[in-house]
Amino acid sequence: MGPHHPSTHGVFRMDVKLDGETVVDLKPVFGYLHRNHEKLAEDMSYLASMPFTDRLDYFNSMTNNWAYALAAEQLVEIEVPERAEYLRVIMAELTRLVNHVSLVGFFVNDLGALGTPLLYAFREREKILDLFEQASGARMMCNYFRFGGLRCDVPEGWLDRAREVTDRFPKFLDEYEQLLCENEIILSRTQGIGKLSRELAISAGITGPMLRASGVAYDLRKVDKYGIYDRFKFRVPYGEEGDCYDRFMVRMLEMRESIQILKQALADIPEGDIMGKAPRVFKPKPAEVYGRIEGPKGELGFYLIADGTPKPYRYRVRPPSLINLTVLRDMCLGQKIADAVVILGSIDIVLGEVDR
Amino acid sequence: MVTLRNFVGSYFDSNRLTTNDYSWKPKDQLPQSAGEYPKEEGEQLSDTTTVTNYSRNFPMLLHDGGDDPMDTIRCVACQICERECPPQCIYIEKAYDENGKYIKSPAKFDIDVSVCMSCQICVEVCPFDAIVMNSQFELSTPDRFGGLLLRRDDLLKSNDYYHQIHPEEAAARDQKMADEKAAKEAKKKAAAEAAKKKAEEKAKAEAEAKALEEAGEKGKEEDSGKEEAS
Ligand code: SF4
Ligand code: SF4
Repeated sequence: MGPHHPSTHGVFRMDVKLDGETVVDLKPVFGYLHRNHEKLAEDMSYLASMPFTDRLDYFNSMTNNWAYALAAEQLVEIEVPERAEYLRVIMAELTRLVNHVSLVGFFVNDLGALGTPLLYAFREREKILDLFEQASGARMMCNYFRFGGLRCDVPEGWLDRAREVTDRFPKFLDEYEQLLCENEIILSRTQGIGKLSRELAISAGITGPMLRASGVAYDLRKVDKYGIYDRFKFRVPYGEEGDCYDRFMVRMLEMRESIQILKQALADIPEGDIMGKAPRVFKPKPAEVYGRIEGPKGELGFYLIADGTPKPYRYRVRPPSLINLTVLRDMCLGQKIADAVVILGSIDIVLGEVDR
Repeated sequence: MVTLRNFVGSYFDSNRLTTNDYSWKPKDQLPQSAGEYPKEEGEQLSDTTTVTNYSRNFPMLLHDGGDDPMDTIRCVACQICERECPPQCIYIEKAYDENGKYIKSPAKFDIDVSVCMSCQICVEVCPFDAIVMNSQFELSTPDRFGGLLLRRDDLLKSNDYYHQIHPEEAAARDQKMADEKAAKEAKKKAAAEAAKKKAEEKAKAEAEAKALEEAGEKGKEEDSGKEEAS
């Protein structure tokens, strides 16, 4: 199947061995979108890699930026100003909404509801992308975070627009839940399909909504409390069965929690500076750091080794999409071929991040 | 039931009308259609299509007006942006006059927009506010090598144009430049004053030293006088 198949979310191939319609073996083949990101980054300054992180998971450029900034900030110990911290949380949660909303759209698309639900989801996504454009200048390749803060402050009136979008979003969620969550077709196509057991999920290093759907309430926003996440009240939804329906529902519920965080952050965001005291020439002492965040798809980490020059000696990305993809075979064995498509959709991969 | 409600709602609920900004406006207030695309060569759609004040696409070089833009071009060809550009799509050659003297402007400044990824790093690193982002997006061309390589003269745009497309940012940048200039002048003034003060002090110190020396000589003379007396 693939590499050019509408269900593969990019250029991705599955070597599937079938017995009738049942999958007996499956091997993912990827690498079509390899762009040598890690090796390239070793040959350019730290800041110059920032725009390339946008292109990892091109749905979530803001969170990718954050993970990288978090790692690099450990190298030189920069204090991030309060307002920048709040804006970072706001951007990250908006990104989570963008990601989950498009995931739900694509997922329903994979189930066979072609087009319409996806466009409904994209209508909401577009409102958030407009906010991104106003803040950073670009809809998707934002390149907005800097070591020690953000590139620039948001324009006047932006916070009000963000509040408006946040207030309207639950209405859309209500509608979607009403249409989808108890939809008979969705129930019969997703419940009990592609089960991922708790043990396997933990031992395979699965993170993010997929891990939570398998019944492990593990969220780096609660565990690491990076940024200022300890100031916000939110819950971590998790599933029981670990089937496709749970993975879908965990994301629906996570959007509600993101809105809670957004409301709190937008209510108490202070005035102030946007950039901390960053050194003019970024030239860290030899050190080894790992910065990680809870990206919308799972734990996104950047591992950097500095050797005292303006370029990193080693630059490594821990991509959640790739690691979550490793259990695809285990989930698909014994299922029907049409379900393999649904299972792949529920993993939520982006090939930019899988292949790098 | 739900479907029916949504269907009806999609015609009346203002939140759900994707075109809700326009739907009930009289026809002459609606945005004009963008026309056919691509248009004739050289013709721009930009007066009919709108991009927001914040969007960025590819870089452009700024000049401060005047008949010959090269007289007021801000870029001094320091090549910082060329070095920092992540995909290395800028190419600069410095300009020299007949005597081979570097005249602080670029002879060549090419940006390959088929490689440029609109990241704005060049804008951030430029110490002279010479390069900023344009929001023009109609660059399609049948020539994929020459047509997508923007030369210095394609990139040159006036500061007024910058004010037109990014009013807030341009105003902030002008403010920043004015501040920096004022700060520089203040520094110069302070430096001049300090130098003056220093000179005065030096003169004073010299005078004092002279006085001391004289006094010392006098003392010596006195001493020698004493010696002689004894
Ligand atoms: S926007 Fe980025 S890629 Fe384009 S010329 Fe500037 S630095 Fe290079
Ligand atoms: S645009 Fe700026 S950074 Fe680039 S060469 Fe000109 S003055 Fe230097």
